[in-house]
Amino acid sequence: MIQAIAFYFFATIVVGAAVMVIMAKNPVHSVLWLILTFFNAAGLMVMVGAEFIAMLLVIVYVGAVAVLFLFVVMMLDIDFAAMRAGFIRNVPLGLAIAAVLLAELLLAVGAYNAGGITLGTPDGSALQAADVSNIEALGALLYGRYILLFEIAGIILLVAMIGAIVLTLQPPKLGARARQNVGKQIRRRPEDATVMKNPEIGRGVEL
Amino acid sequence: MTAFFQSLGLSYEWAWTVATLTGIIVISLLVMFSVAMVIYVDRKVLGAIMMRRGPNVVGPFGLLQSFADGLKVFLQETIIPSAANKGIFLLAPIITFTVALAAWAVIPFSAGVVLADINVGLLYILAISSMGVYGVVMSGWASNSKYPFFSAMRASAQMISYEVSIGFVLVCVVLFAGTFNMSGIVNAQRGFGLGVINGYVVHPLLFPMWVVFFISSLAETARAPFDLTEAESELVAGYQTEYSSMSFALFWLGEYANILLMCSLNTLLFWGGWLPPIDWAPLYMVPGIIWFLLKTFMFFLMFSWIWATVPRYRYDQLMRLGWKVFLPMSLVFVVVTSGWLMATGHFG
Repeated sequence: MIQAIAFYFFATIVVGAAVMVIMAKNPVHSVLWLILTFFNAAGLMVMVGAEFIAMLLVIVYVGAVAVLFLFVVMMLDIDFAAMRAGFIRNVPLGLAIAAVLLAELLLAVGAYNAGGITLGTPDGSALQAADVSNIEALGALLYGRYILLFEIAGIILLVAMIGAIVLTLQPPKLGARARQNVGKQIRRRPEDATVMKNPEIGRGVEL
Repeated sequence: MTAFFQSLGLSYEWAWTVATLTGIIVISLLVMFSVAMVIYVDRKVLGAIMMRRGPNVVGPFGLLQSFADGLKVFLQETIIPSAANKGIFLLAPIITFTVALAAWAVIPFSAGVVLADINVGLLYILAISSMGVYGVVMSGWASNSKYPFFSAMRASAQMISYEVSIGFVLVCVVLFAGTFNMSGIVNAQRGFGLGVINGYVVHPLLFPMWVVFFISSLAETARAPFDLTEAESELVAGYQTEYSSMSFALFWLGEYANILLMCSLNTLLFWGGWLPPIDWAPLYMVPGIIWFLLKTFMFFLMFSWIWATVPRYRYDQLMRLGWKVFLPMSLVFVVVTSGWLMATGHFG
């Protein structure tokens, strides 16, 4: 009973917010609706017993990815009229994407009804491993059976990160290097930077 | 508490619902009350350090000052700038406030006194506190004003930077405790130091991590010396500039609820939570919640002490500290800690 209420609650908000992502006129509102979608998707994941994935979804997508997204969208100076002007031109592309998505959905529903996947059962109750928490079960799989794939994924991410840093690295311009030596800054004392002068009146100071 | 409501003749579902709702209301009210009192303490400590009196007019010793302030803002008019994005402008303080309260759901106040004793408690806190940045970013953008927008940019960059090193510090703690459950982490600290001292902070590998965590929690809550988001000499009042009355008060309360949360996390993760400092039977006569509150309050005093004494960081110094000092340091400590635990056979 309470599961059903919670499921329909989360599911309605996920679908509604997802629709609002594409319906909202202001792109910043779109991103905020997207965040609401993520958050409620995490709620759905808690319901199927995947609390670890749910928390990761919130930490990674809501806490980091969407923030950067919001950043970029807020900084952009977007002309809303120009954006909507190309609607007719983009309709064929949009319809094509929609058709692909619909086909995928139908395929997924068909495959699910055909059975064969042991992840969950058609009545919606996920298989529960006895006495093993989510994190332990995932850890045993990731660091046991799939250790090679896990390490490869890690190395790909590392390479991507280094690549991003190298791309944005600007070579220091000659002469105008604004680099700070923190040790030097901390060692600097008032005596090194200031002098006390006691000039006679009307004489001025020579430094 | 569910059992108590069941004994009143309710079915399990209703008893659970009523018990949970009661728990939520009790915790929220108590957190709000502590926030009001802690604001008073903050101002008194600041006053004492500056050789002023601090609030001393409303009530005995000025004790009711926060409540008077609360009543005042409640009666004021909410001004919404005409250029503001109205919906988001009003939503932002609500998000800050809600998020600040939601994290308290998994905080164990004493043995078994916790609203939701979930397996991923620590991750839940990380997830909820990463939501906190939205209140700031949304308010800064929706105000449609320059200074709040600068402040929002600063705040979000600051929060994201320090969350990274906080994450690695938490990994070190979890490696020692072997669980993400908050109560489990506290219980793992019993007799940790030579079988006598309760608390992870005595371990030479975890003490530096606690220092990193404490400084990061100052930065995460945008307290001095990292209060660049509200640097009054540069940004008026930061992202709160355009806010008035109750919407301003929600920011204010949420900020202090976050500070208290960070203090209690310091207590729970490194200083033994509700356990007495020393594993000695007579000390367990004192209820666990007293120890918890005492330790949390001690950290709050440190927060206000630092507020009154340390000058504000420059923004580039703040970023340098987060990315070039804390991040490499905590990464190295994760590696060293796991190596040490493997070498000493901690994982069996």
